[in-house]
Amino acid sequence: MSYIAILLTFVFINNFILVQFLGLCPFIGVSKSSANAIGMGVSVTFVTTASSVVAWAVYYFLLVPMHLEYLQTLTFILVIASLVQLLEMVIQKISPALYQALGIYLPLITTNCAVLGIAIINITNSYNVMESFTAGFAAGAGFTLAIVLMSNIREKLDLMPVRRAFRGMPIAFISAGLMALSFMAFDKALLTNLHLV
Amino acid sequence: MKINWKELTKGIFKENPVFVIVLGLCPTLGVSTQVSNALGMSAGVLFVLLFSNLLISALRNFIPDSIHIPAYVVIIASLVTIIEMVMHAFVPAVYSALGVYLPLIVVNCIILGRAEAFAARNTVLDSVLDAIGMAIGFALGLTLIAVIRELLGSGTITLFAVGNFDGVIRIPWFYNNPIRVMSLAPGALLLMGYLKAFFDWTGARKKDR
Repeated sequence: MSYIAILLTFVFINNFILVQFLGLCPFIGVSKSSANAIGMGVSVTFVTTASSVVAWAVYYFLLVPMHLEYLQTLTFILVIASLVQLLEMVIQKISPALYQALGIYLPLITTNCAVLGIAIINITNSYNVMESFTAGFAAGAGFTLAIVLMSNIREKLDLMPVRRAFRGMPIAFISAGLMALSFMAFDKALLTNLHLV
Repeated sequence: MKINWKELTKGIFKENPVFVIVLGLCPTLGVSTQVSNALGMSAGVLFVLLFSNLLISALRNFIPDSIHIPAYVVIIASLVTIIEMVMHAFVPAVYSALGVYLPLIVVNCIILGRAEAFAARNTVLDSVLDAIGMAIGFALGLTLIAVIRELLGSGTITLFAVGNFDGVIRIPWFYNNPIRVMSLAPGALLLMGYLKAFFDWTGARKKDR
């Protein structure tokens, strides 16, 4: 697949939140204000991109030569946890302003399904290193797109008359469902029509 | 020895992980397209949660505070690797249907959440009861969503094939009039919204009385 096809696949066709349900906990938890949503989205994109490449390298240079493929899950989660910790320290050192903005989201990202999910999906699809990088970035971008749209909807919802039982989480799920319905417009046919596959 | 039954029952209704504390959503919505997948996922979560709570509460006085999260993650990831290999060997159909959601049990908030909130500061027996209760609560929530989605979405209930029985129960009328969107992604989110509203509503009514 070409890089543009991978990009379109992970941002729209297989959007991590709205189609594959990966990373739903932060999607519901951190989407109350759009400033927080942007911070979370940028941090997740950062981590999915970096961890896709690092997990790919660990898998092909460490696990495959030693015939330890079955330890994939265990190594990936440790790699991701250390990577997040490292990123936190590097950002704190290089740019305190960026750390101020993203710092509170970084620890939450270790247990984000989207990050471990993209690392495993890259291996399952046997992508090479550049394709993994593109897929990691695209998955993060799709996450950001969905969470920012959702936070804008929820800011509007706060001013709307909503029945008591539906206030808060239920109406957020139903709005997400309607968004997912509109994302169904993107499917594999999009790639065929654009002559990408 | 006194068995504290409250630890077992609280996970099933009062603190149901799916509808009340809303944890572990990714697998709940991702694998609930068929009842058989929901049951396979529930079995995986039961195994991992039971043994992680057991090991963590047994080791709670030996794990240093500063590295407790990495230690828990290693224990949970090893258990997930075991269940992955067992499922791959004995139920390959369920293994491939669960796909990426099976290794993702590692980052399931229910398991790390129970380790952190309960197993780290309670006895082994209480932790085991808590794990069984939470896993049953998770299984009930997941199966409820899967039954509704599969019934409305394709009019069938898929269980496991035994002998001549192919495992698929076709429900008359629903089978001829499926609401396809229920088995797709939007249906899961809409259904979750309505179910959560229903559980909030019944909870609030009980409190008002």
